Amino acid sequence: MSESKIPAILETFEADLLLEWTQELATINIRRGLIKEAELQEECREFLSLFRLAVGQGTLSNIQAGEWQEMRSMLTGISRSRSQQGFTPSETATFVFSFKQPLFNRMRQQLQDPIELGEEIWLATNLLDQLGLLTMEAYQKAREEVILRQQEELMELSTPVIKLWEGILALPIIGTLDSTRTQMMMESLLQKIVETGSEVAIIDITGVATVDTLTAQHLLKTVTAARLMGADCMISGIRPQIAQTIVYLGIDLTDVTTKATLADAFLSALKLLGATITRSQPK
Amino acid sequence: MEHIPILEMGNFLLVTIQVDMHDQLAMTLQDDLTNRISQTNADGVLIDISALEIVDSFVGRILGNIARMSRVLDAQTVVVGMQPAVAITLVELGLSLTDIWTALNVEKGMALLRSSLNKTKNQVKWRADDDAAD
Repeated sequence: MSESKIPAILETFEADLLLEWTQELATINIRRGLIKEAELQEECREFLSLFRLAVGQGTLSNIQAGEWQEMRSMLTGISRSRSQQGFTPSETATFVFSFKQPLFNRMRQQLQDPIELGEEIWLATNLLDQLGLLTMEAYQKAREEVILRQQEELMELSTPVIKLWEGILALPIIGTLDSTRTQMMMESLLQKIVETGSEVAIIDITGVATVDTLTAQHLLKTVTAARLMGADCMISGIRPQIAQTIVYLGIDLTDVTTKATLADAFLSALKLLGATITRSQPK
Repeated sequence: MEHIPILEMGNFLLVTIQVDMHDQLAMTLQDDLTNRISQTNADGVLIDISALEIVDSFVGRILGNIARMSRVLDAQTVVVGMQPAVAITLVELGLSLTDIWTALNVEKGMALLRSSLNKTKNQVKWRADDDAAD
């Protein structure tokens, strides 16, 4: 294959290409408010200069090569910020793909031989497609990271450990108990026991819809671990339906203090600590 | 050879494990402690493991054994200050140590030992009173 003309074209017409490209972007850019004009232009300029540099070094077919390193990291950065700013995937990809129009126009003007033109356009398309895919990948990755972080935060939010009294902690559980969540729950409860020096912990499962053997086993583990650390653990909020399930499943809860309501558990926790509550005025 | 120090506090023995336990060290502690209990005629043993960050099944089992052995020698053992990670590990290993007393920290462990001792002392006193009445 003969020497590609793309580097030369980029070199000669960099300023023109930039101008045409930004105009092109301006016409497609539907949501103009999301990004400043100047910022976009700056990005275009950077892209173009990095593109020229990388192409100048000769590798036009593989963007995984070393000279594309800077280009790749720049595009990754752009797609990350795009995904955070709320751009749609196609809007993000358009940034790269819209460069085709001005570049191909120039190439058509400069290259007379149709066969050569065809080859060069194929080369450029290939290259820009790869870069476009790279932006998409980075965009997707950034989105996934956000989702993952939110999942973790949700998990932490959904298992709050509450201090009910001096020495009494409560852990109200809402939703379903799966392995990861129970692990997290166990860790946060035990950590809180150490931090506050609480002697009693109440796990309230009023908000748990169903209890299966696995869930019960997790609960028992938590109770045992708390006991090993020197804290008493109770389970409260066991609904009649769940009590029936537990018995049918043959789960042994004899070593665990269980109460029907959180209030009952709290009362017996107070008793355990030697505290009492009295009404200051007769009802 | 490495030894874990055993301190005497009145009629209690105090063991603070400040280094990571390995198998040999655990065995040595078991020997030392049982010897010391019979020598001093101690009423209670307090083992503080708050500095212990890792336990394996062997060390976990030895800890349980130590507690049971001292029980046989008529000294009540309290294990205090277990870290959450250690507790989780032991539970996952299936070592629930159900017959061992635990407390959150040294202070609470001491209180537990004292109250148990008082109870037995009172019983003894009560028996003695009974005998005197006869």
